[in-house]
Amino acid sequence: MTATTTLARGERLHLSRARLGKLVRHVIGVAAFLLLWELAGRTGLLTWLPTASASLARAVGLAFDPAFLGDLLSTLTAAAIGLPLAVLVAVPLGLLLGTVPVVEEMTRAIVEFLRPIPSVALIPLALFAFQPEINAKVALIVYASAWPILINTLYGVRDVDPVATETLRSFGFGRGSVIMRVSLPSAAPFIFTGIRLAASITLILAISVEYFVGGAGGIGAFLIQASTGIGADAMVDVIATLMWAGAVGLAVNTVLLRAERRLFRWRFS
Amino acid sequence: MIRTIVKRLWLVPVVLVAWELATTAAANPFFPPPMLIASRMYEMWFSGPFLLTEEAVDNFGPSLVRVVGSWGAAVVLGVGLGVALGRTAWLADYIDPLVEFGRAVPPPAMLPVFLVLFQMGTQVQVATIVFGIIWPILLNSIDGARNVDHLQTDTATVFGLPRHLRLFRIILPAASPKIFAGLRLSVSLALILMVISELKGSTDGIGYLLSVASSNADMPAIWAGVVVLGVLGYAFNSLFLLAERRVLTWHRGARGTA
Repeated sequence: MTATTTLARGERLHLSRARLGKLVRHVIGVAAFLLLWELAGRTGLLTWLPTASASLARAVGLAFDPAFLGDLLSTLTAAAIGLPLAVLVAVPLGLLLGTVPVVEEMTRAIVEFLRPIPSVALIPLALFAFQPEINAKVALIVYASAWPILINTLYGVRDVDPVATETLRSFGFGRGSVIMRVSLPSAAPFIFTGIRLAASITLILAISVEYFVGGAGGIGAFLIQASTGIGADAMVDVIATLMWAGAVGLAVNTVLLRAERRLFRWRFS
Repeated sequence: MIRTIVKRLWLVPVVLVAWELATTAAANPFFPPPMLIASRMYEMWFSGPFLLTEEAVDNFGPSLVRVVGSWGAAVVLGVGLGVALGRTAWLADYIDPLVEFGRAVPPPAMLPVFLVLFQMGTQVQVATIVFGIIWPILLNSIDGARNVDHLQTDTATVFGLPRHLRLFRIILPAASPKIFAGLRLSVSLALILMVISELKGSTDGIGYLLSVASSNADMPAIWAGVVVLGVLGYAFNSLFLLAERRVLTWHRGARGTA
């Protein structure tokens, strides 16, 4: 008994040391990249690119810039409204298409044509059809981010073990309760993966729409505004904003990935 | 055969007719009837001496060249770099956070960098597309090359397989399912970035036509642009799936019998 616990403790120690080593190598990698970037600027190798130190300093400065924070909030708000709406639209549709093959076969041609339309091509259309601009932004986010959720729900429901659904049905459960008790829970990991993919699409669409409506705010508007500045200053602003955009994207993805691992641990183990 | 086609496609004409009737009845200027869109498309683009008009040739051509060329460049760069990085085991922990960060940047956010750098023209589109779509390709190539079965690489070592054969006969085939997963994402992303970069920083291309139509509030022309881009997206997707099936069939077959 004691032997096994010491072994477990030893293993845990070993594990945390391995993890620490990994973390150190991550930090070294990032530091080396920043150093190379800085040197490339200082030695005049890349004259158009602001140095790493100037860009980082500007990025830190942006954290205290109310105009930037307002724009960041505006982009995130649109994404945060759009994503749940996309889930509300796409999951029931996916369940319908996944459980009623007739409907799926009927609509397949239409789905297959609508899906490859590049969503940003709809921006001019949406800006005319939905007023004010925030509605157009949210509508486009919902449309574009619903696709991966819909497709993943469809595949997830199809992948459900037929023995489980047949068993419930033979016990007299109706179609609706079989869906709620078996299909939806076992498709949940697929659906969640779809939502994670959709989250990055919400940012793509939000920023793209913001490029075209100057007054509407958002990181996209901030970026376009910054890019109209003069020379080196414009580039510093753009690169610093880009760092924030990457950080936000990374944070969203990491949070969702962690949640996915935790919620569906039984699937990953 | 005919029966299955009818069964699959009967809803398409029904939807088109319903769309025509509904939009004619509603008479909403933002939603023109499909017949009007189709006649505008014919008049603007498909009524030329050899089918295509001058406007179509001058704008569809550059768009196609940019998107296909940039995609090709991103594939070569992404797969080449990805396989090299993936096979260099000790590098993994050093580069992973950088690649993850690069992938996390929303691709359209790269556009202003190139607007500052090049102002206008094809360089803006090429750079935006390449830098936007290379991340999923790079990430998947690294992942695929990293996880090649040791038994296979060890066998290659034992038989003294030369480097290039090792790359083309073992590593690339083993990594190809992963690589194709990245490529699939990159195809639709390339088209998206082509449209955005042409809407914003170009004087020709389909995106440019769309932005002109939009500033004239010419709704049928906007819809026509959407239809053309939809057809293009459908075509690219179908071509890609065809290529994927060709390349990966042997893989599924090999795995199935193993």
